[in-house]
Amino acid sequence: MIRAENLTKRFGGATAVSGLSFDVHEGEIFGIVGPDGAGKSTLLRLIAGILVPDVGSVEINGVNVQRNPYLIKENLAYMPQRFGLYEDLSVEENIFFFGRLFGVSSREIRSRLPRLYEFSRLAPFRERLAGKLSGGMKQKLGLACCLVHRPGLILLDEPTNGVDPVSRREFWKILYGLLSEGVTIVVSTAYLDEAERCNRVALMYNGGFVVTGSPGEIKNGMGKTLIEITTDKVWEAESALRKEPEFSRVIREGTALRVFVERRLEGERRLRSLLKKHGIALRSVHEKTPTLENSFVEIIAEGEKNEGA
Amino acid sequence: MKALKSLVRIGAIAGKEWLQIRRDTRSLILSLIAPALLILLFGYALTVDVKNVGMAVYDQDRSTLSRRLLEEFSHTEYLRVKRHISGYREMDRLIDSEEIALAIVVPRGFERRFKAGKSVDLQLIVDGSDSTSATVAMGYVKAILANFNMDIKVSELKRIGIAETKMPVEVKSRVWYNPELLSKNFIVPGLIVVVLSIISALIASLTISREWERGTMETLITTPVRAFELVFGKLVPYLFIGLFDVVITVLLGYLVFNVPIKGSFVELYMLALLFLIGTTSLGIIISSATRAQVLSVQVAIMVTYLPSFMLSGFVFPIQNMPLVVQGITYLIPAKYLIVIIKGIALKGVGAALLWTQILFLAVFAFIVVIASVRKLSLTLPEN
Repeated sequence: MIRAENLTKRFGGATAVSGLSFDVHEGEIFGIVGPDGAGKSTLLRLIAGILVPDVGSVEINGVNVQRNPYLIKENLAYMPQRFGLYEDLSVEENIFFFGRLFGVSSREIRSRLPRLYEFSRLAPFRERLAGKLSGGMKQKLGLACCLVHRPGLILLDEPTNGVDPVSRREFWKILYGLLSEGVTIVVSTAYLDEAERCNRVALMYNGGFVVTGSPGEIKNGMGKTLIEITTDKVWEAESALRKEPEFSRVIREGTALRVFVERRLEGERRLRSLLKKHGIALRSVHEKTPTLENSFVEIIAEGEKNEGA
Repeated sequence: MKALKSLVRIGAIAGKEWLQIRRDTRSLILSLIAPALLILLFGYALTVDVKNVGMAVYDQDRSTLSRRLLEEFSHTEYLRVKRHISGYREMDRLIDSEEIALAIVVPRGFERRFKAGKSVDLQLIVDGSDSTSATVAMGYVKAILANFNMDIKVSELKRIGIAETKMPVEVKSRVWYNPELLSKNFIVPGLIVVVLSIISALIASLTISREWERGTMETLITTPVRAFELVFGKLVPYLFIGLFDVVITVLLGYLVFNVPIKGSFVELYMLALLFLIGTTSLGIIISSATRAQVLSVQVAIMVTYLPSFMLSGFVFPIQNMPLVVQGITYLIPAKYLIVIIKGIALKGVGAALLWTQILFLAVFAFIVVIASVRKLSLTLPEN
C-alpha cells in the first residue's frame, strides 16, 4: 500500500526524518511510536503529500505522492494532531463541508450520515458548533469528517492525544471497525499501550526507525530476558542496582523491580550476588514478558549507549 | 466530471465561507456597516467648499452709501455678517475666538470723499491662520466689491447721459456636470472608491491567514481542493459583500449628499464588480503571504488606503505630481474607478466612452487573480 524509500526531511540544520525506507501493507494498522520530537508528524505529512521531502519518495499503491498529489488525495484521509475543524460551523456543517470537498454529493453525504453518527455518537450534537465540543468529541468529529469520502488509507497523527481514557478506547474500537472493512490505517502515538494494539509498530527516534515489527516480534526479538524481582527492601535494592552500569536501567513496576539481562541464568546469579553484598534478601525471582514500553525504553537506551561508545 | 467536481468544491468553500461570515459579528460590522459609516463621516468632513464664513463689519461712516455697500454682504450664502462692531478691540477678540474669519472696515468720510469724486479705501482684515478659507473668503469679498463698483459706475454713467456701455471683454462661464462647483460631487465618488478598496481588501485579507492560524489550512490542503478552487470559492462571498457595499455607498451618496446618478447604474455596478475582483484578490494574496491576521490587516490597509487616497487623483490632482509619481498612478486601480464613477454619475456617459479605464481594470483584475492562485501554496511552510 505505502512504500517509502530513503525519505529524508530537514528543517534548517535539524533532520526531522532521515533516510527512512519502509512498507505499510494493505489492511493493517501500522503504528509509529516515539517520544515528542521524534519526527512522527513530519513523516505523516510527507506521506500525505503536504510536505515535500528533501530526498526520497513515497508511493501509495504504486503512485508517487509528490508527483500526483491530487490522485492520492482523493483516496486518502489525513487527520492532523489538531484536526482543523471549523469551530464556527456545526457538527453537520463540518461533515458536509469536508464531504463536498472530496467531491461527494450532498445526497450521498446524507445517506452516509447515519453510519458516521453511529460510530461517533455525535447525532445528539449535530446542530452544535464544533468549537463547543469536548476534546474527545472533536477528535471523533475530525475522524467522521475524514471518513465521509470513504478513503482507503487513513493517516492519523496522535489522534488520542489529550483525550480521556474512555474516549480513547472508543476511538480504537472505531479504528478496528474500519480495519475490518479493509481500510489501511497509519497512526502515530506516544502511548505504548496503543502501540500494542497495532498490527505492526515502528519505534521512531531521532528521525529514524529504531525497530520495526509486530509488538510480539519486538518484545521477543531483543535477545534479552526480563527478570522481575520482589524484595522487602525495594528502595535499597533499586538504588543499589542503579549504581551498577549493568543494571542501571532498572524499572520500577509497583513493588517489583525489572531488569533486562543478556542471559537468564548468568544474569540472575549476578543479580543475587550483588544484592547479597548489600544485605538485601530477595523474596522471588521470575522471568517476565516485557511490555512494549519496557522493550522500547531498553532499545533506545541501548542505542544511545552504543552511540556514545 | 472533473469540472463538475471542481464546481462542487468551489461551492463548498463559498458556502462555508458564507456561513462563517454570517456568524462572525466582527466581520459583519466591518463589511456591512463600516462602509456606510466611513462615507457619512468623510462625506461631511471632507469638504473644501468655503461657506458661511463669519465676518464682522465696522462701519465708521454710517452713511447711506456705506450701508448700501455692507448690505451687499448679507445677500450671499458664502459669507455671513455676524456682528456690527464699533472698535478694533472687539474685532481682535472676535478673530481670536474664531467667531469671525474676516472683517471689513469702512473709514470715516467714505461717502463724503466718494461724492467729491475721490477714490476711497476699504480695509479688509483676514484671519490667515486658516489660509485656505482666508483666500477663498477674500475672493468672495473682492467679487462682491467688483460688482458693487460696476453698479455704481453704470449708474454714474447713466447720470451723465451715457445710457449703454459695453465691456471690452466679458466672460460668460458655464460649468458643466457640476454647475455649482460643489466639492462633494467629486469627493463622494472618490470616497466610494477608497472605501470599497479598503473594505474589500481588508475582509478578504483575513480569510486565508485565519485558516492558517486556526489550523484548518493543514486539513484543507490534504483534501483534493485546488488552489484556484480555494481562491474562487473565497472570492464569491466577498464579492457579494462588496457589491452590497457598492449599493449602500452609492445610495448614501445619492440620498445624503445629493450626488446625482445620471448614467446607467447597472454599468456602474458591473464595473465596480470588475474593480472588486482585483482588490478582493489582492486581499487574498496578502493573506496567503503573511499567514497571520494582524499582519494581513496592516498590510491590506497600507496597500489600499494610502494609494487610493493619495495617488488616485481623489485628493491630489495627478497632473501636479512629479512624472515618476504620475507613472505610478497608472498602477492604482482606484484611479480608473474614480474616473468611471464620475463619468457615469456626474456626466452620464456610457461604458463605451470609458473603455481605457475598463481595460486597465480588467488587466489589473486578471493579473491579481492569477497571482493570488499562484501565491496560495498548498504545502506546509518549511519551518
